[in-house]
Amino acid sequence: MRVKYVLSEVLVGLWRNVTMTIAMIITLAVSLTMLGVSGLVYSKVDDMKDLYYKNIQVSIFLKGEVTEQERTDLEAKLKSDPLVKEVLYVNKDEAYKRFQEMYQDAPDLVSAVKPDQLPESFRLTLVNPEQYKSIYDQYKDTAGVDEIVDQSQLLDKIFDLFTAGQNIALAGAIAMAIAALLLVANTIQVAAYSKRREVAVMKLVGASNWFIQAPFVLEAVVAGLIGSFLGLGALIALKFFLFDGSLSALQGLFSPVTWSDIFLMFPIMAGVGALVSAVTGWVTLRFYLRV
Amino acid sequence: MIQLEQVTKTYPKASRPSLDNVSVSIEKGEFVFFIGPSGSGKSTIIKLLLHEVTPNKGRVVVNSKDVTSMRSWKRPHFRRSIGCVFQDFRLLPNRTAYENVAFALEVIGKTKAVARRVVPEVLELVGLGGKEHRYPHELSGGEQQRVAVARAFVNRPLILLADEPTGNLDPDTSIEIMRLLDRINRTGTTVVMVTHDSNIVNQMRRRVVEIESGRIVRDQARGVYG
Repeated sequence: MRVKYVLSEVLVGLWRNVTMTIAMIITLAVSLTMLGVSGLVYSKVDDMKDLYYKNIQVSIFLKGEVTEQERTDLEAKLKSDPLVKEVLYVNKDEAYKRFQEMYQDAPDLVSAVKPDQLPESFRLTLVNPEQYKSIYDQYKDTAGVDEIVDQSQLLDKIFDLFTAGQNIALAGAIAMAIAALLLVANTIQVAAYSKRREVAVMKLVGASNWFIQAPFVLEAVVAGLIGSFLGLGALIALKFFLFDGSLSALQGLFSPVTWSDIFLMFPIMAGVGALVSAVTGWVTLRFYLRV
Repeated sequence: MIQLEQVTKTYPKASRPSLDNVSVSIEKGEFVFFIGPSGSGKSTIIKLLLHEVTPNKGRVVVNSKDVTSMRSWKRPHFRRSIGCVFQDFRLLPNRTAYENVAFALEVIGKTKAVARRVVPEVLELVGLGGKEHRYPHELSGGEQQRVAVARAFVNRPLILLADEPTGNLDPDTSIEIMRLLDRINRTGTTVVMVTHDSNIVNQMRRRVVEIESGRIVRDQARGVYG
């Protein structure tokens, strides 16, 4: 009977102030959606870093006037370096072939460049791509070396962008969460006020504190859970319409967002939504009901 | 049953204490009036006994429990052994007489079945048989106070506290309520009543404790209002 009483009080409470309830649920939903997006970006960036950095190469371009001796010395040195996993030598002809492929849409540019003008290079795959710096320091002054280019520096810039996006989503989530908290606190105050007579009688006859507080706190928790379900719906819609829809052309660039990624975010969103609402509700009651 | 030992209570921002070194002892089954002018501190006694406020000095013992040092989370259970009636009845306007009494049972965990058995009984006892399904606004003031008494008594408390229970009632109705409290007292329940209704005190001829400016000025076994 007590469980039934508490549950019916929760439903009556949510319905009594339905406009506030809706506002509370929408803010919670938006906040949790942004939290979900931020979480997805976070996990995807990690995946993509693994994927991209594994294939990353450091290019050591050689000077035009490099001698045969310098080249073989360098090659031997690179091949014995414990930081280097693989060494690939690209001579001028191969470099030109790659150049032609890369710029096949710009025949004017291709015809303007002669094979002779392109530098020879060594393409290195590192054991650990983050050790680029020590490679750079070690070889930058070696005879015959013109320039050392690290693709990871470019990637870092791209990933910085992703991280910035993730931070923006997180900041949005936090801002919306604050709005949601205030709405939850306000809703609970209104609910407590409209039930002040009942609460006074309950306190007088010795109803236990949890029994007095439970309907209010559960009201907030139910709103939080509904918000997280709406957030899940929003993430599903985002994947369906945005990622698989209008952004599908870019799919080769990103590691794919799978349905299981999204459904794995849900427990986090629901947990955060329910917990934050419950704590806010409970704290509000401590101040407002003084039970 | 109830002991106040050298109790002093000063509210924050008050210039003088509401109760100043008050000692009083009430035995089980007694019927005690606390009388005195407004602001004399008599309502503070009720609040102390309910553990609504705690004294600055001294000790309050109710049902052989030291209320002074009681932790607030123990308060709900403690209150189940005390019934309470107020001047303004404090009934829930959207519930019938029966539902008001049953609510008090249900929120402390009694089942609906218990309520169905006990509530009609206690409503009969307070003289409201046949009016169980009236709402408070369909009842007279005296009848509303009877509902409040039924709610206070339904749990068979050891102590019944009444804070000016006749303050809103005409003299005849007041006397009926007093008869009811007297009957409850005869079942062995200790009754503590705060009032400034001299008629009632003079008619009942029970123990009278008079308070003035926070001090006990009289404690008489079969007293009158004076």
